[in-house]
Amino acid sequence: MQEGSVQEAHVHAPPEGFLRKYVFSLDHKVIGKQYYALALVAVFTGMILSWLMRLHMVWPNAKIPLLEMLSKNGAPGGVMTPEYYLSLLTMHGTLMVFFVLTNAPFAAFGNYFLPIQIGAEDMAFPRFNMMSFWTTFAAWVVLMLAFFIPDGPPIAGWTEYTPLSAVGKDAGPGMAWGASLWGISIAIFCVASLLGALNFIATTLDLRARGMTLMRMPLCTWAWFVTSCIALLAFAVLFPACILLILDRHAGTSFFIPSGLVISDRVQPHAGGSPLLWQHLFWFFGHPEVYIAILPSMGIVSHILINSMRKPLLSAKVVIYSMMSIGFLSYMVWGHHMFVSGMNPMSSLAFSFPTLTITIPATILTLIWLGSLYGSNIQINSASLFALGFISMFVAGGVSGFFLAQPSIDIYLHATYFVVGHFHLVMGVASLFGVFAGTYFWFPKMTGRMMSETLGKLHFWITFIGAYCIFMPFHYLGLIGNVRRYQSFVDDFMAPYMGWHKFVTIAALITGAGQFIFLFNLIYSRFKGKPAPENPWNATSLEWSIPSPPPWNNFGGRHPVVYHDPYQYGVNGSKGDFVMQDSPEQVVPASGD
Amino acid sequence: MGKLLAIVLVLIAVLSAYPIVTHMFVLPEDISTHGHAIDDQLNDTMLEAGLSFIGAQIVLAIFVWGFSNRKAGSPLKNFPGGAKVAVIAAFVLVGSEVLALGVMGQQAWAQVYFTPPKPDALQIQAQAEQFAFYFRYPGPDGKFGAIHPDKIDEGNQNYFGLDPANEVEARDDIVSGELVVPVNREVQLLMHAKDVGHSFYVRELRIQQDFVPGLDLSVHFTATKIGKYEIVCTQLCGLGHYNMKAYLNVMSQENYEKWLKEQASQ
Repeated sequence: MQEGSVQEAHVHAPPEGFLRKYVFSLDHKVIGKQYYALALVAVFTGMILSWLMRLHMVWPNAKIPLLEMLSKNGAPGGVMTPEYYLSLLTMHGTLMVFFVLTNAPFAAFGNYFLPIQIGAEDMAFPRFNMMSFWTTFAAWVVLMLAFFIPDGPPIAGWTEYTPLSAVGKDAGPGMAWGASLWGISIAIFCVASLLGALNFIATTLDLRARGMTLMRMPLCTWAWFVTSCIALLAFAVLFPACILLILDRHAGTSFFIPSGLVISDRVQPHAGGSPLLWQHLFWFFGHPEVYIAILPSMGIVSHILINSMRKPLLSAKVVIYSMMSIGFLSYMVWGHHMFVSGMNPMSSLAFSFPTLTITIPATILTLIWLGSLYGSNIQINSASLFALGFISMFVAGGVSGFFLAQPSIDIYLHATYFVVGHFHLVMGVASLFGVFAGTYFWFPKMTGRMMSETLGKLHFWITFIGAYCIFMPFHYLGLIGNVRRYQSFVDDFMAPYMGWHKFVTIAALITGAGQFIFLFNLIYSRFKGKPAPENPWNATSLEWSIPSPPPWNNFGGRHPVVYHDPYQYGVNGSKGDFVMQDSPEQVVPASGD
Repeated sequence: MGKLLAIVLVLIAVLSAYPIVTHMFVLPEDISTHGHAIDDQLNDTMLEAGLSFIGAQIVLAIFVWGFSNRKAGSPLKNFPGGAKVAVIAAFVLVGSEVLALGVMGQQAWAQVYFTPPKPDALQIQAQAEQFAFYFRYPGPDGKFGAIHPDKIDEGNQNYFGLDPANEVEARDDIVSGELVVPVNREVQLLMHAKDVGHSFYVRELRIQQDFVPGLDLSVHFTATKIGKYEIVCTQLCGLGHYNMKAYLNVMSQENYEKWLKEQASQ
């Protein structure tokens, strides 16, 4: 294995002044926290939007006075209109997928910990890094503007299928400037993510400390690295797709619009485009995006589990190779979102096979996690509870993928709540469990204070049981053919099942309220938490070899040297049952092992 | 607290399986000739996926129960066989499931998409638009009049933009807001989107197919049971999407012919 290179000079000077320290900071740690804060704002916004949608679905005439303040047209008298439901749906999906699931597990934690875990002083390109965050922030501002324009946010869903999204105001409310803002926001987001991904790759390849071979990198660093490779290719495709969409909307081009369409009694002045082109480009990004959301959490959970179990995984190498195969296969499966789209039915089979195949590395990962628990000594705390919960959620969301990967079954289940249940569990909840685990685990390092374990555990139980109560019934409702993206169900056949929708709404309200416990814990512990020692979890990787919180240049000018694999647990070390990566001592296996 | 987690995991596994095992949520009765293949496939998958789900949750529960917060100094053990067992198990178990389901699934898929409709299948054109479905029958001449987007006039009920004044084929076309088909007769639905993307979904028929603007798509099916079934749009098409529906009315051959005559005389 090739030795990592030694970094030479300081990448930047110590920050001076408020702006450089806290706003336009070049420090990867501050940027990581900024990403985290943005994701936090986005996740609470997205969650409140989901509350509003759930409330409206089961009590369509409920008056929500605050909603009228947000949009007079969208909720006259506080009662949500059907089109405003779709606006909220679009914004919920967009905020969650882009600004939460991409930002939190990947950009936030990756930024903070990747350089430290490989022994670097900062990212390879600190200025690019600052630009990535502020570009992401700009994308968020542009998207949120859609709430405040008279027309409101777009109503075409987070996938913005063409031609609905491409023809402008004729397509309905929100499809004039609302949809343009969506396209511009996502295009900006793509640029930010491309910059970020390049930076992660360059940093991982070039700035590793002496002795930090690739195979000695912690599993979460591996996950961030693989994710950046995926992101580089995925966002590079979504970016031109958004540009073409904007051109169709504003420059009179017809990339996605065929001839002869009559919308709002007007023959559209377009010809020659293909709506399926948008779907291919979108899902070429969209499916890898699922792995951009989940892979970092797989890495984070592995990292935390090993620490909690006090013993290494059955094989870190197998985990790395599995994550790489998932990344590779993620590019061959986008068509499984399009089984009933009218593409050649032969290609459905071609997309189905790799989709089913991706289950193999995913199962290997699951079996490795499960098998490693055997014979370990799991320390139960908030971080490890969420890590264990992640395995449960990942399996629950994963097995339903087995149905949807088969085009014949997808004929029936496509566009039903089965799909909603599936992706919320596997890419939403599971990924967020990784983020929660990461937060409880790394908060002491990031702030120098411990989080409240009592509140953390309470948060876990509400979230774990709540998520099952919300998303399991979705699968059942999907089986009876309950279609998604409907603001209400006026069908006769749904009447006997509306009780289940009410149950889900109540579960969502309680689970959502539980997240405020987390928010309180974050803020309270930041100021009043117990002071954290350097290495509260007796962990081995480099981030635990420096003060909490770390100084601006991470290692205080010292160049760490790495002697071991990242997970020397269950050994006789000088400090206990572990040996740190940068400790020159010899690893002595524990007796009886 | 590890033991509590183990108990909750088992409860989750049992409670999640309960509604499936007790058939609280069942698919509506299948009224198509191809649907049973899809249903069989779904049931087989349910069994395999369900067992994997329950198995994994219970193994997780057992390990969490047995190995959390043990006494300090408890010896650590490794899973017998280590990673090799995990990798082999994944390849063998999941690999065989993948192959089995993949191969079987192809047959179900092939019945819908790779078997062409019989030459005598009844051709009906379906048009989807914001926010309604319209269906067109070719009339006695067996030919559809051409669609002229500029002649579409909802006010005068010219939903398809027909030009009967100049085109003979268009004169006997019958347009209906309801999809009426004879029972046990194969129907080929020619799909046309007037404005944006829509989808044709009839749960009982086990058919879902998008309408894509600019693409001539078709699906074919044989309905085997007389009755009225809901057709809903499943592709987000705008503000009235939730309300975009029509009915599939499966009739006896006689009633169908009677209906056709009534429509023609209107």
